[in-house]
Amino acid sequence: MTAGRRALVTGAGSGIGAACVDRLLSDGCRVAAVDLHAGDMADRAGELEAIHEVDVTDAAAVRAIDGIDEVDIVVQSAGVVGPNVPLLETPADEWERTLRVNVTGIFNVMQATVGGMVERGWGRVVNIASIAGKEGNPNLGAYSTSKGAVIAMTKSLAKELATTGVLVNSIAPAVIATPMNLATAPEVLDYMLSKIPMGRLGQPEEVAALVSWLSSEDCSFSTGACYDISGGRATY
Amino acid sequence: MGRHVSPRERTEPFCSGLQAWWEPVSAARTALVTGAGSGIGYACVDRLLAGGHRVVGVDLRAGRLEGRAAELEAIVEIDVADAGAVNAIEGIDEVDIVVQCAAIAGPVGPLTETPPDAWDRAMAVNVSGVVNVMRATLGGMVERGWGRVVNIASIAGKEGNAHQSAYSASKGAVIALTKSVAKELATTGVLVNAVAPTITNTPLLGPATQEMLDFMVSRVPMGRMCEPEEVAALVGWLCSEECSFSTGACYDITGGRATY
Repeated sequence: MTAGRRALVTGAGSGIGAACVDRLLSDGCRVAAVDLHAGDMADRAGELEAIHEVDVTDAAAVRAIDGIDEVDIVVQSAGVVGPNVPLLETPADEWERTLRVNVTGIFNVMQATVGGMVERGWGRVVNIASIAGKEGNPNLGAYSTSKGAVIAMTKSLAKELATTGVLVNSIAPAVIATPMNLATAPEVLDYMLSKIPMGRLGQPEEVAALVSWLSSEDCSFSTGACYDISGGRATY
Repeated sequence: MGRHVSPRERTEPFCSGLQAWWEPVSAARTALVTGAGSGIGYACVDRLLAGGHRVVGVDLRAGRLEGRAAELEAIVEIDVADAGAVNAIEGIDEVDIVVQCAAIAGPVGPLTETPPDAWDRAMAVNVSGVVNVMRATLGGMVERGWGRVVNIASIAGKEGNAHQSAYSASKGAVIALTKSVAKELATTGVLVNAVAPTITNTPLLGPATQEMLDFMVSRVPMGRMCEPEEVAALVGWLCSEECSFSTGACYDITGGRATY
């Protein structure tokens, strides 16, 4: 269904991003992978259209990606979990870094890619938000704030582009078994797990399955949506 | 009691559930679709048949299903508000996938002028009907450790449409009901989700005036109605093995209208 489309995945080196790369490849897409650490993807160079070692917070570096204006599908998985501390104790530099990666990074990639999609009349953007952005997780203030921003930013752009053929959606996973969460304090992880009625972590492949649907022609009337994938946790 | 038409021999082996939960498989399942005679339900029947499933079509009126009896496992003409009739559907406890589209638009007008019987009928079909079918089917799914339920709610159930209080209330109830059941069954392998479309091009719109339709479309950033096939595509995903970590969710499909 998405065969032959050009996809760009950020945060492609690990976790949800890596699973999305796998999935889009098996859907028949030509996949360009973007990550701060390209090393994680070196063994997959043969399958990928390109590997770009880029920091998404660097707008010029994003714009300079070869063929950035020819991308049909964007999956934004680059994100950092930020500091595990009470909001009021969050160091200013960590606050700023979290928002820069999780919010400005997504903005940068959309700014560089959406123009071409609109011109060609077809595009799919899927931004990975988080249930934290809907509920607000305690001691994850910067992360929760940034993911709430992703949800709202997705809705704004989706409405602006609603009649162009470019659909912009986000998804809100609960805690997923990824390297990003390995760094999370065990008590914070336990808290998050206790809130999931299914009683288990989600797997990156499960998130990638939803991303695949949202990236496909099968998805044609959903835009500005935020689909949760939370094992029953999401309340709205 | 329902009228059962040509139930076919079941030749495919029953899925043993041996597959690990994260491995997508495309096993043939037995699906039951309510409101299958028209609109979103009819499109869901098409979609599930295309997915290789055995489909039982349930509707008050068989409608467009009549011409497709040969493709269907059965056509059952019943009122889902009648729990006894639902329970009496042949093979009801063997159903793996339930898609609930049966619904009525209910009375249109200010709440204070809504006739009590029209209110009751909207609740009976749109809420009790959904409950009746889940009561009759969930036990078997839980026993076998696999099931998918997709209830068609509406953006009206999130936002509350003026002059559609019964419809809005009933669809809000469907969303909450879906979440309650999903949490109860979260560890059983049975996933229960809802879908919230905006105005969709179906016979449910029949009584609406052009002015009402124009108003509803004006609320949709995409500037058009949803087509039943677009809802069916989302339902198809939610009914599949692809969907494994979503339960109690309400996925909107609104052309950008939904605010939450």
